[in-house]
This record gives sequence, C-alpha cells and structure tokens, in this order.
Amino acid sequence: MSIFNKRSQEEVPPAPRPTAAPPSNPIEPKKEATPLSSMPFKTPEPDSTRGQASIGKAVKINGQIYSKEDLYVDGDVEGTIELQEHRLTIGPNGKVHSAVKAREVVVLGNIQGNVDASDKLEIRKDARLVGDIKTARIIIEDGAYFKGSIDIVKPEAAKSSAASAPPRPQTAPAAVANAQGAAVAAEVKR
Amino acid sequence: MLRRPGALVSPGPSVVVPVNHSPATTLFGKEVVTSRPSRGLEQFFTYVRGQVGLSILDLAGASQQNINYITNLGHRLYSEDFVRTLDDVFGEEDPNDQTHQSLIDQFLRQTLNFEQDKFDGVLVWDVLQYMTPALLTATLERLRTIVRPKSYLLAYFHSDEKAQQVPYYSFRIKDQQNLLLAQRGTRKPAQIFNNRSLEKLFQKFESVKFFLTREQLREVIVRR
Repeated sequence: MSIFNKRSQEEVPPAPRPTAAPPSNPIEPKKEATPLSSMPFKTPEPDSTRGQASIGKAVKINGQIYSKEDLYVDGDVEGTIELQEHRLTIGPNGKVHSAVKAREVVVLGNIQGNVDASDKLEIRKDARLVGDIKTARIIIEDGAYFKGSIDIVKPEAAKSSAASAPPRPQTAPAAVANAQGAAVAAEVKR
Repeated sequence: MLRRPGALVSPGPSVVVPVNHSPATTLFGKEVVTSRPSRGLEQFFTYVRGQVGLSILDLAGASQQNINYITNLGHRLYSEDFVRTLDDVFGEEDPNDQTHQSLIDQFLRQTLNFEQDKFDGVLVWDVLQYMTPALLTATLERLRTIVRPKSYLLAYFHSDEKAQQVPYYSFRIKDQQNLLLAQRGTRKPAQIFNNRSLEKLFQKFESVKFFLTREQLREVIVRR
C-alpha cells in the first residue's frame, strides 16, 4: 500500500449510518446519500411558481384582495385585486369582475374591469378583457378580445404620480381575502 | 399555408386577389398576412401627426401593431371589435335581422356608447360594408356624434359589385404608409358601394376623399 493511498483513507470520515429509510440493497451505497428525493416540498420550483399564491377554479371571492406576493387566479373574483409590486395571473378559468392593480398582469381568462399594470400587461390568445387599461407596456396576442381604452404611462410618470398619491387606506380584515386561505378552500371544494 | 407571393387565400372566384404586394407570410402558423401601401392611412396620420394626447377609436379589434403605432405617437387608443359584436348581436347568417330596431340599439350600446365629441379620429376599416342600410345609417349617425368636428374617419370598401363573398381583414398599421392585412375569413357584404353611393352615404359629413387602388378596395377619408 502506497503512502498516498494511506493518507486518503485517513482523511475520509466514516459515512454516517442512515437512521431512516435504509437501503434495500447494501451493495449500492450511493442511494444512502439521496434521502431528500422523498421530500417533494424541497424540490426546486420554477421561478414562475415560487412564492405565488393561488385561487383555484372552484373558488368564488366577493371582496378585496390585497397580496404581497404573486397571485394566480383561476376562480371567480368580484371586488378589487391589488398587488403593489407583484404579478397577477388570471388563469384560463379565471373570471374577474373588478378593478385590478399590479406590477405585472397576465390574462389568460376573463377580466371585466379596469386594469392598472405599472410595468406590463399581457393579454394572451383566447383571453377577454373589457375595461380601460393603464400600463407602461402591453402585449396582446392574436385571438385575444379587448374592448376599452389603452393609456400608455411612462414609468417615470407613474412613479411621480405614485409618490404624490396618498397612502393606501387599510382594508377591513373581514373584507380582505387571504390568498393562501383561498387556495386551501379551493382544495376542499374540488 | 403559404401561397404564391402577393396572393391571399382564395376560396372563390369572386374574392379579391391583391397584386404587387410583398410576399405573403404566415403568422402563428395559420394566418396569411400581406403588406400593402395605403394612401388613405398616410392621409389619416398626416392629420393626426404632430399632435399628442388625441383619442383614436379603432373598430377592427385590438392588435399589437396598432396599439404600438398609435400609443407611440402619444395618443390614447380605444379598441372595439365591430365585426365580432355584429355577429354576437345579429348572428352571422342572416343580415336581414339588422333591421330590428331593438337589436340596432343594443349593437350601438355595445359598440359606440361614448359621449359626444370624444374622438379625434376613427379607424373604421372595412366594417361598414357588412351592415344593411338601417343599421348603417344608425351607426354613421352615432359615429358623427362621437367624433369632434374637423376630425377624420378612415374606411375601406370593396368595389367588386359582383362579389358574393369578400375577404375581411384585421388591418394592422406597419408604418404611416403601409398596412399589414391579416385575413380573418370571408364574409358576404351587405352592400357594395360605388363612388356615388359613398358620397350619398357620408353626405352629412363635411368632405369625402377617395383613393382607388388596384385591388378593388376603395379607401375613403371622411372629414366630420
């Protein structure tokens, strides 16, 4: 045995024995190092779904929604939706009868109400939007239906008007729908 | 499907086949889009250019090109899909239903429910030719009310009097002199107009100017 082989054997600490889910075949020791694969909540998620609340297609909400994270709406909402610095996605089954305010709005379903998207609005194919739009950028796909006016607001102008605007009043807790709670309700109703 | 350069899909012999166009292309794998110069468009935007903050009504439905072009000029765009609402209210098959006053009122409520003198220009495109006389008269009267005096309307009319079906397009502004025409299908025109009948149609407006093209498509600039 050479001296190099001896040193490398000394430096390698003994592998700890797994306390749970022992390998079924001891000849394959590599499987011991992958116990995380059985924990789905640690699986890396794509950026589009990370930190995003969702309202399922079987959920109907009457009231105001105020969210500090991205929101995906696939159900019915009547009221207002406000996501100051986040993205709102209206899914293909989503029906929103309300004013909408967000940094970015993506519409695959149906919105009947005014949309204020400080950064960008996307109206996808087969989506339907009836209302007045105020945004810095707009993308509308062929096949989308839009009826209303479009006001392009430069980001600088939007910032200055936001700075001069009074602070947003606090909404009553009962009227604010918790997006995470709504997602749970969606699971129950399905 | 790609056709020979300059050709549109021709389901019947009476369909207009434009010539001297840029090669046809497909869009999203389906649509045939051709480019054509438009004197009417050039005139329309000559009038509205140099001003900002105007309100322009587009009756052909929203398209990315028109939104970009008009909002980049500093104007506010109002979008309305006239043909779709026409089909929703009256049905696609029987244009005779367009004589019912209650349906005419409903159509006008859905499409042109704006206050007086709201618009500085209207891109009418080719939608007027799909209306029977009663609906057309009511629509023009409403249009005359909602546009400001001295403002302009841009309209297109097929001029082939024998045509049973004509292609109808989504009109997209490429630049001040050129349009992209994306064919949405073919339709039966409710009326075919010649210069005389167009003058009569817009007799309550201040002036009418025609641009005849080689593709049996009349471009009309109307001043309120």
